Amino acid sequence: MTRFSRTACMLTPALLASVACAQGVDTPPPAHGPVQLDLISMLFVFMLSTFIGIGLIRRVSRLLHTPLMSLTNAISAIAVVGAIIVAGGEHYPVWVRAMGAVALFASMTNIISGFMITDRMLKMFNAPTGGGK
Amino acid sequence: MNTSFAFLGDILSTANRNTLIELAYLLAAGLFIFSIHWMGDPKTARRGVFAGVAAMSLAVLFTWARPEVTGYLWIIVPIALAVGPGVWLSNVPLTAVPQRTALSHAFGGLAAGLVGTAKFLYWYLHTPADLTSFRVGAIVLEVLLGYLTFTGSIIAAAKLQEVKWIPQRPWVYPGQNIVNFISFGVAVVLGVLLVVNPTGPYALWMFAGVVFLAFNFGWMLVMPIGGADMPTVIAILNAYAGLAAVAMGFVLDNKLLITAGALDGSSGLILSIIMCKAMNRSFSNVLFGAFGQVQQKAVGGEQKTYKSETPEDAAAIMGQSSLVVIVPGYGMAVAQAQHKVRELYDQLKKRGVDVKFAIHPVAGRMPGHMNVLLAEAEIPYTDLIEMDEINPDMPQCDVCLVLGANDVVNPCARYDKNSPIYGMPIIDADRAKTVYGVKRSKNPGFAGIDNELYFLDKTRMLFGDAKAVVGELVKNLATGSGMH
Repeated sequence: MTRFSRTACMLTPALLASVACAQGVDTPPPAHGPVQLDLISMLFVFMLSTFIGIGLIRRVSRLLHTPLMSLTNAISAIAVVGAIIVAGGEHYPVWVRAMGAVALFASMTNIISGFMITDRMLKMFNAPTGGGK
Repeated sequence: MNTSFAFLGDILSTANRNTLIELAYLLAAGLFIFSIHWMGDPKTARRGVFAGVAAMSLAVLFTWARPEVTGYLWIIVPIALAVGPGVWLSNVPLTAVPQRTALSHAFGGLAAGLVGTAKFLYWYLHTPADLTSFRVGAIVLEVLLGYLTFTGSIIAAAKLQEVKWIPQRPWVYPGQNIVNFISFGVAVVLGVLLVVNPTGPYALWMFAGVVFLAFNFGWMLVMPIGGADMPTVIAILNAYAGLAAVAMGFVLDNKLLITAGALDGSSGLILSIIMCKAMNRSFSNVLFGAFGQVQQKAVGGEQKTYKSETPEDAAAIMGQSSLVVIVPGYGMAVAQAQHKVRELYDQLKKRGVDVKFAIHPVAGRMPGHMNVLLAEAEIPYTDLIEMDEINPDMPQCDVCLVLGANDVVNPCARYDKNSPIYGMPIIDADRAKTVYGVKRSKNPGFAGIDNELYFLDKTRMLFGDAKAVVGELVKNLATGSGMH
């Protein structure tokens, strides 16, 4: 449980930072608005989530490094968000949307194969069974 | 249909909808963090996958719900097309997992690079006012990291797949590092010029230059790296793919991308640090130190001789031991011997012999490779022991069976300052009472380094393919069981 509470302690600042950032959404900044301020908040999110990531990954058992890599692979396919925005943006010219569509195909492939193979591998990690003598 | 949309539209004014979307992103970011948290322990790891899937579904659905995202065909078609390759790639044999991982890094890099390119070109040609210096800086980073991950990972995957047109050995030419550094310098200069004047007259050409250099970097970085360093390279490319997603987050002003990308980036970072430590090398040595690898010494002219052993005798000795430690390596994966190893494990356990597996962090071609292969053969993970934990027990070990591992058990690493692997932590196979080495032929190994372990008095060699040798051992144990 201490492990969990430590994680929770590390989580809190990042969540607070994200909430603080999300509050700015109601009033989207004008095109030439306070970019500087937003840059700072993004850097905060980046720094804090890097620390969380390092803290969490260090505690992953070496046993699971291959599935861990497949999982983070699938997670880094979060680029799918950008791909959807570009492929689905109606005001974009066709060639821009085509690039987005290829990007969407690539990241969706990663999402599907990444999560599926992680689960497939994890199913194989068996604790010793009763009859395993 | 229309009325219900209008009704929804009333409740969800654009501002409300955007808040809702950001909240969904926030939830997704939290779930990603829990996903990795749960991944830490084999008992909760599968829950981690579910959290990841939930988070990703939230991200996809709520991005789709964004007001500016329309034209569903443009989204549904690529997703539908991705199902086939996705399922196929998730069902590759486990020995091919390193290639698959490299290939998916390539896909991730490509996606990031394409989104960055599309954004830059659109802003440049249509709304130059949106092309702020800050955004261009982020785009340059995204495109650099994305495309270099793309080509680098393709080369890595091809090397791991042992494709014919890619040399397995490090590919080097004189002045390689100088060429690399100069082109890196050019890319940095172009990037800085773009940031200073994002919509200048030559911006398009400079951007094209950055893209071209990024494509080149990838393969130039990976070509000189040999198979044994692949675990580190894969981990580094993993970090790059994550950082490319972070850069995309900065471009699109999206904190979910930054969080998830940073998680991935730090994972790649930690894994590559672990890999480097396990080889006693630095990052720069792995990336730029290919020269040291090629020129192996041919000193020690006198021919040392191996002492070989028949599988019958080896099986008899192993059957009477109390502790057998098996050290698996890439050779086990190549020979697909993991299922035979499982039979050996069963035979020995049946006779009351304790069997453990000693796993070196860099055994195989990616972090954790051996663990997955042995887990596939249904060996309980509690018998897969890390190097640091098994080493103190090695003097009590009656038989150490080295199965397709080489450098990770070479005692040279402890004392021979001239050896390229000097200082690398090793599994203390030489401290076991008897060592059996499984080796394909009597030739002195293709890496060129003689393994001192194989010439010790206590060592006996079993020549042959790993799978065949283990099969022989199993057969002898099985038939001999009635005799003893």
